[in-house]
Amino acid sequence: MPWLVLAFLVWLVGYPLLVVAAEAFGIGSPGGGGPTTEAFRSFFTRADEWNAMWRTLWISVLSTLAAAAIGVPLGFLFERNEIPGRRLLGALVALPVALPPLVGVIAFLFLYGESGLAARGLQTLGLDVSWRLTGAWAILLVHAYSMYVYFYLFTRAGLSGQDGAAIEAAQSLGASRRQILFRVTLPRLRPALAGATLLTFMTSLGSFSAPYIFGGGFRVMTTQIVASKLNGELRMAYVETTMLALLAFASLLLLRRIDPGLDLASGARGTPPARRRLRSRGARVAAAAGGWVLAGVLLLPHATLILMSLVPPNTWTVEAFPPVLGLVNYGELLSSTERLRPALNSIWMAAAATLAAVVVGVMAARLSLRRGGLPGRALEAMMTLPWAIPGTVFALALAAAMSVNAPWVGRFVLVGTLWILPLAYLVRSLPLTGRSIFAGLRQLDPRLEEAAASLGAGPLRTVLRIVLPLLRPAVIAGAGLAFITMLGDFVTSIVLYTYDTRPISIEIQSSLRIQETGIAAAYGVLLMLLSAAAFIAWDDRAGGRL
Amino acid sequence: MARAENEPARPTGCQVTASGVSVRFDDVFKAFDDTVVLAGVSLTVEPGEIFALLGPSGSGKTTMLRLLAGFEQLDRGRLLIADEAVEHLPPARRGVGMLFQSYALFPHLSVAENVAFGLKVRGGAQGEANARVAEMLELVRLSGFEQRRIAELSGGQQQRVALARALAPRPRVLLLDEPLSNLDPALREETRADLRRTVKQTGITTVLVTHEQEEAFELGERIGLLNEGGLEQVGGPAELYRDPASRFVATFVGRCSVLPGVVLERHGGDELTVRLESQPHAEPWLCRGDSGLRAGEQVDVCVRPEALELSTDGGSGLAGRIEAERFTGSNSFYTVRLASTRSDAGDGSAAGPAIEVAMPGSAAGMNGACVVRQLPGEPPSVFAGASTESDP
Repeated sequence: MPWLVLAFLVWLVGYPLLVVAAEAFGIGSPGGGGPTTEAFRSFFTRADEWNAMWRTLWISVLSTLAAAAIGVPLGFLFERNEIPGRRLLGALVALPVALPPLVGVIAFLFLYGESGLAARGLQTLGLDVSWRLTGAWAILLVHAYSMYVYFYLFTRAGLSGQDGAAIEAAQSLGASRRQILFRVTLPRLRPALAGATLLTFMTSLGSFSAPYIFGGGFRVMTTQIVASKLNGELRMAYVETTMLALLAFASLLLLRRIDPGLDLASGARGTPPARRRLRSRGARVAAAAGGWVLAGVLLLPHATLILMSLVPPNTWTVEAFPPVLGLVNYGELLSSTERLRPALNSIWMAAAATLAAVVVGVMAARLSLRRGGLPGRALEAMMTLPWAIPGTVFALALAAAMSVNAPWVGRFVLVGTLWILPLAYLVRSLPLTGRSIFAGLRQLDPRLEEAAASLGAGPLRTVLRIVLPLLRPAVIAGAGLAFITMLGDFVTSIVLYTYDTRPISIEIQSSLRIQETGIAAAYGVLLMLLSAAAFIAWDDRAGGRL
Repeated sequence: MARAENEPARPTGCQVTASGVSVRFDDVFKAFDDTVVLAGVSLTVEPGEIFALLGPSGSGKTTMLRLLAGFEQLDRGRLLIADEAVEHLPPARRGVGMLFQSYALFPHLSVAENVAFGLKVRGGAQGEANARVAEMLELVRLSGFEQRRIAELSGGQQQRVALARALAPRPRVLLLDEPLSNLDPALREETRADLRRTVKQTGITTVLVTHEQEEAFELGERIGLLNEGGLEQVGGPAELYRDPASRFVATFVGRCSVLPGVVLERHGGDELTVRLESQPHAEPWLCRGDSGLRAGEQVDVCVRPEALELSTDGGSGLAGRIEAERFTGSNSFYTVRLASTRSDAGDGSAAGPAIEVAMPGSAAGMNGACVVRQLPGEPPSVFAGASTESDP
C-alpha cells in the first residue's frame, strides 16, 4: 500500500518535473532527435533570459524586504498595544491574505492604474499628473501589498507565544526598552520571521498574476516561461522551467539555513506580556484614527473593484467618478449559462481537487508516519514538494508530461481534456492539505488507534470512527486553504485551461482584454465573495486558527 | 499450571464477572533492530490471577504487554491465551482489553460512547449495549456521567472510564499498562485499592505492567520481575522480598545494603555464616544463600534496613559512624559508614561500605560513632560475587 500511494505521488508530482527537465535536453520529446544541450546553451547566452532570472531574484528580495517593513511593525502595533478597535482592525489588516492574487492585481489596476480611480480623481482636482502602473515598481507595490500579511501574521503569532517573564527578567537586570527589543524580543522572534521570509520569498519567486498584468516588457521567469510557450518555443520554455525549479530549490535550501527551527523556543511557554495602553486620550484617538485610515487604504482596492463592477458598459468616459451605477454586469453574468460557466468550473474543479488532496493526504500521512523510514520520508517529500516549486513550473511540467500518449512510461494525453486542470489543482493542493494533515496526525496519540484495535475495530472503522473525526480540524484547515487557493488559481490555469474548463481567473483576463472592465470586475467580486465565504466557513470550522 | 479451557474469543452473556483464562508466554523472543528486548521469556499467568510485571525501564515489561495485545509481533516463541495460540491474531481478535498508560480515551466521544465503542464494533443489539454500558459505569462508580465529555473528567475519572471501556466487551484478559502513573500521588493510593477491587470483582485474568514496586505489591497477586529482557524471579510479594533469587531482585525490591563478605561455614538447609570483609574481626553474620555456595567463596550480602539495629552505647557489632538520617515519621533511616577494620572504629577515618539501618521513629536524632547489629529472625540473603560497592 505505501508503495502504491508513493508511486501515484511520484507519477503526479516528481515525474512531470523529470520529464520537463529531460525534454529540455531533448530527451524523450516527440520531435525526436538525440540529447542536446543546445537549448541550455541558448538560454545562457541570451540576455533576456539572464535578465528574467536576475529580475526574478531581486524582485523577490525587495518584495520580502518591503513586506517585512510593513508587516513587522504592524504586527508589533497590534500585538503589543491596546488600541481602540484592535480586534476588528487586526482582522481587517490580515484580509488581503484571503483574496486570490489576480483579484488583488486587477483591483490595483482599477484603483492605481493609468486611468484608474486615483489618477482620475487627481486630474479632476486640477493636478496634471499621469503615471503608468507598469514595470518593476508596480510589481513590487502589488507584492508588498499582498504579502506583508505573512510577516504581519507570523510576527503576531511569534509575539503572542513569547513569555512575558523573559522581558521582566531583562528589565530586572537593568535592560532598557531598546535593549530588550534587540536582545530579547527580536532574537526570539527569529523563527517566526524566518518562516515569514521563506513564505514571502517563495511566493514572490513564483508570482505570476502581478508580473503578467503589470509587467509589460519587464519579464520575470514565470512570465518568460508562459511567453516562450505562447511563442511556440517549447524547448526554451522547458529550459526556463527547469532553471526556475532549480532557482526555487536553491532558494529554499538557502533560506532554510536561516531558520533556526525550534532551537530557540524555550520549553516553558508562559504568558505573553500585557499589552501597553496608550495613556493620553489624544494618543488613543490618534491611534484609532490612524488604524482606520490604514484599514481604509488597505481595503480601498477592493472597494474600487466593487465600484467598477457596478459601472455599466460604455457609461464612464471622462468623468472623475462613474456617472451611472447599476447591476447590469451582474445581470449579464447571471443571465447566460456561458457567462456563469467559469464560476461553476472553478467551484467544481477546486472542490474535486481539494477532496482528492484530502484523501491522498490522509493516506500518505498515515502511511508515512506509521511506516517511517525511506518510504515514509519519500511520501512526505512528495506531498510537500509542490509547495517549493512555482505553479508555472508544475503547469509546464504537466503540459510536457501529459501531452504524449505513452502509457508504458506513464504518459497519457491529458492536455486539452477535462482532467488536466483538476489534476494540476490537485498537485498544487497537496502541500496545503498535506501540511496540516501531517501536523494533525503527529499530534494524535498513536495509542488511540491501538485502543480501537484492542476493542475490536478493524483498520477501516478505526480510520472512520477515530482518526478522521479527530483529524477534522486539521483536514478542514488544509482543505479550506486548498479550496480558496484553487478557486482563484490563475498561474496553472493559464497554461492548461481548455475552453470547456476555463475558470473565473481566465474569464477575468479575457474580459479585460476585450475591454469589458465591468464584467471583469463583476467576476472579480464574485471570486472575492466565494473566497470570503469559503474563508469564513473555514475559519469558523477550523476554530479561528490561521 | 495452565488450565485447559476453550472459551470463545468473544464471550456473550451479560454478567460482570468473567471466568478467567490462562495466559502463557512460551520462550518468547523479541528484538527491535539490533536490541534484544525479550530473550526467551517463559511465563504462565493462572486463570483469574492478577499478575504484575515489574522491572526498571527498558527491561521488556511493556513489550510483553504489547505482544500480548497484538501491537507488536514476536520474533520467536509462542503466546497462548486459554491454551490457544494467539500470536498470529490481530489485536481485534485476541479478546484482550487494555488500559493504556495515557488512557487513550477518544476525546471526540462522550463517556458512554467511549465505553460502548467495543460493543458497537461487535454489532450487538443497541439495548444490550446500553445495558452493558450502564453496568460498566456502575462498576467503576461513574453512573450519571454518560453524557460527559472526556475533557470534563478528572484524571481519576478518566482512568475509570478507560477501565470500563476495556472491560465492556468482556475480554478474556485485561492488560493494565502503568495504570496509575498519570495520577497524582494522593489519588494513586485510593485508586489502587479501587482498581484491585474492580478487577477482582470481574474475576478476569489480568496482567499489569509497572515500574513501581509498591504498585506491583499492592495490585499483583504474583509478580514477575524482569531485567534486561529476562525474568529474574516470579513469585508472591513476600517471597520476592524475603527470598530474592538474585542480587538484582534484592536491590530492586525494597531497600537493601550490599556488603562484600566471605562464606565461613555452611549449615543445614540454606543457612551459612559469612564474615564481612570490611570488619573481619567482628562476629560473623548468619545468612541464607544458594546451596552451591561453598566455604571460602566471595559473596555479596544483601541486608534489609529493618533486619539491623543501631546502638550508640557501644557493645559488639559492626563499628561505624552515622553519616545521615532520614526521618519518615514511623521510622528513622540511618546511613552508617562502616569502619574499614575494627581498629579504625571511632577515630573518624572510617572508610568502609555504607549500610542503611531502620530504627523506630522514637529513636530519631542519634549521631556520632555507633555499632550495627544483626537482628534475629530474618537472615540476609547472600549471592555469589565479589562486589566492593555498597548499595543502600
